[in-house]
Amino acid sequence: MDNLNENMNQDVDKTAEVDTVKAAEINNKLIVSNAPHVRGGNTTQLTMLDVIIALLPALIAGIIVMGYRASLLTLVCVVSCVIFEFLWEKLLGRESTVGDLSAVVTGMLLAMNLPVTLPFWMAIIGCFVAIIIVKQLFGGIGHNFMNPALGGRAFLLASWALPMTTWVAPFTKLHIIGNADAITQATPLALLGGEATGELPSYLDLFLGNVGGCIGEISALAILIGAAYLVIRKVITLHTPIAYIATVFVLSYIFGEDGIYQILAGGLMLGAFFMATDYTTTPYTKKGQIIFGIGCGVLTAVIRKFGGYPEGVSYSILLMNLAAPLIDKITAPKPFGTMKKGEVA
Amino acid sequence: MFKEFLGGSINGEKLRTFSHGGVHPNDMKELTCKKAIVDLPVPDVLVFPVSQHIGAPAVPCVKRGDKVLMGQKIADAGGFVSANIHSSVSGTVTAVEPRMHPSGVLVNSIVIENDHEDTIDPSIAGNEDFEALSPKEIVDIVRAAGIVGMGGATFPTHVKLSPPPDKKIEYVIINGAECEPYLTSDHRVLLEHPEEVIGGLKILMRIFGLNEGYIGIEENKANAIKRLQGLALYEKKYLVRVVPLKTKYPQGSEKQLIEAVSKRRVPPGKLPMDVGAVVDNVDTCAAIYRAVTKGMPLISRIVTVSGSCVKEPSNFRVRIGTTFEDVFRGAGGFVKTPSKIIMGGPMMGMAMPSLNIPVIKGTSGLLAFDEEEARLPQQSACLRCGKCISACPMSLLPNVFNAFSVLGDMEKLEKNHIMDCIECGACTFTCPAKKPIVQNIKASKAKIRAAAAKSKAEAEKKAKAEEVKAKTDAASGETEKAEKVAESKKE
Repeated sequence: MDNLNENMNQDVDKTAEVDTVKAAEINNKLIVSNAPHVRGGNTTQLTMLDVIIALLPALIAGIIVMGYRASLLTLVCVVSCVIFEFLWEKLLGRESTVGDLSAVVTGMLLAMNLPVTLPFWMAIIGCFVAIIIVKQLFGGIGHNFMNPALGGRAFLLASWALPMTTWVAPFTKLHIIGNADAITQATPLALLGGEATGELPSYLDLFLGNVGGCIGEISALAILIGAAYLVIRKVITLHTPIAYIATVFVLSYIFGEDGIYQILAGGLMLGAFFMATDYTTTPYTKKGQIIFGIGCGVLTAVIRKFGGYPEGVSYSILLMNLAAPLIDKITAPKPFGTMKKGEVA
Repeated sequence: MFKEFLGGSINGEKLRTFSHGGVHPNDMKELTCKKAIVDLPVPDVLVFPVSQHIGAPAVPCVKRGDKVLMGQKIADAGGFVSANIHSSVSGTVTAVEPRMHPSGVLVNSIVIENDHEDTIDPSIAGNEDFEALSPKEIVDIVRAAGIVGMGGATFPTHVKLSPPPDKKIEYVIINGAECEPYLTSDHRVLLEHPEEVIGGLKILMRIFGLNEGYIGIEENKANAIKRLQGLALYEKKYLVRVVPLKTKYPQGSEKQLIEAVSKRRVPPGKLPMDVGAVVDNVDTCAAIYRAVTKGMPLISRIVTVSGSCVKEPSNFRVRIGTTFEDVFRGAGGFVKTPSKIIMGGPMMGMAMPSLNIPVIKGTSGLLAFDEEEARLPQQSACLRCGKCISACPMSLLPNVFNAFSVLGDMEKLEKNHIMDCIECGACTFTCPAKKPIVQNIKASKAKIRAAAAKSKAEAEKKAKAEEVKAKTDAASGETEKAEKVAESKKE
């Protein structure tokens, strides 16, 4: 112990003079800011990057089943979303938020909600609606009240119903433009709902993605791989997706449908894990997220069973987006130590 | 190790924690957790600010030229919520003048030139057997010794130990959570001086007439937990229970620790004593032990010196009044130029404007961060991700506080319980948009407090004015009456 002290004193003597000179120098340069002085490694950009990575398995599944046009369509959407965001912010003289990668996510999500045969110019219009009208007109990232990708998709569906609901059979050879002669195939839900006729695909086909449908929604397996990544990376929690999927599952049986089929078919998996978990447009409390998921589930099951569309995921999430602020209000947590009624300290 | 992790227990004791929120900063404790406590060389000049605690500043009772002894009182507590200050060396008072204080402002300070004799004040005498003392006598010793909360809050300890008679204390808890990254001073005290901590806890039990007391320690200090569990914990009717806690920030926050140990939750606006709990920090507890058994007032403390700029990260026993410059010199100086000096931990500590500031009773650590670590992060828009809400240990809405703070809507802030915020910074740590949430909350709370103080003062002023007016009215009424009487008499 004494030895240590002695060594230390020697060290001090050697550096003492140098340090004193430095002290005056250091004092002028010290940064005084408020605590906390350390921050977590999480950033908006990293979160978005995680979502992009998590979307890749579903995108790859889409490309495998539907061919290279799926990758081209996705590329077109991503590039146009980024360009629209960049131009808009340039026009308004705002700081560019292209670097946060949220426009890339919007582009990917929109593409994955489109049929692979959709003309590129329509997709670009969808991107315009998503980025400019749904996102930027309301103040940009964090301020939009509904999911930009779904908003864009809803616009396209209302404007060009036929091209938006033209599905091709898996592994069809497609051209970059002019796919009118492609062999069309109804989606499993359309078959089930009686809107189309044909043979129902098996559970396995549904699970793997050997069916007709939007680029990103066909393979439940690929979506689940991406979702697992998001959960492991703590980007999302399972409150909303489980509440959503479980509600659809239960209600399907109540409505006399096949629950397993209902949760595997259509856009439910993609919607539940990637769109109903969007930060900005869904509730921020865990309790609120469960209510949100149940709400989406009820709307989806009802639209599928009783609505004019075979698919209800997009509209369910968009409708529940509108209810998110209200849900937040009624599910606000009680401060630590707040007494329950009748409780005495 | 892995089995413990899976089971969430240490030596069969299940890990406990608080119920909501919390974050997991990189704890950086490996820099100093194996560094035994070393006495820092005592410098030639020491500075003692009269404000080293929450409450009224102390009043100097020495003047320039006075000779003082080690342990001698140099400033009297300025009220009940205040604390005495003692000289940590023997020597001569060379000045009583404003000096830079850790809060960043000039504060009246007593400057003492060390004679390096360490002549102890002869009036200092300990008590071999604390059981011979009454609870009141013990509290008086703690009060006289100038002991304050040494975890950083610096609330005078004797005030905590003097609850009103209607508050029955059932839990005395020693806070060994040390949840702040980098800091290992409490860890080292637990390892090297467990007898002081356990002795202090028994003294606290004696004050409140309890047979059981608790020491909460985070599992990242497993060796300290085992060390304490291995000691004779049941002796002379006093049972010490070691409570292993999950490593989670802010486990060492008073309300969160009470919940983890006792499952009781302090209601909003209430104090720990309202749920029958008293919490004291490890080093505070050791200081109580030394004050009672050896009579030595609070003149030194353990300080962790760490950070990427420090040559030799260490745990030092530092005399109160030693300047930061001397402390860093003791740690071998800097390997690179620091851009930020933090007193305390990085989550709640304060950035210091200078190295010419003395170590005070609440200085648990001194950290030197380089340019990269000191850089303020780039802010972006709030995504409404809700991570701040999930992280808040008080179950509050930090995002809402941030938004309304920016808008300046104090009414909405109060309605959403901003005053319950413990300012732990978990929300700000976790925010992906890097919003300065807790900074805005602190500013808003200060505004709300100032407004409350102002309206209170105005109300008092108004009441006083009305009183005066009533009196003058009455007086003028009297004169009028008298005049009338006089007039009538004339007639």
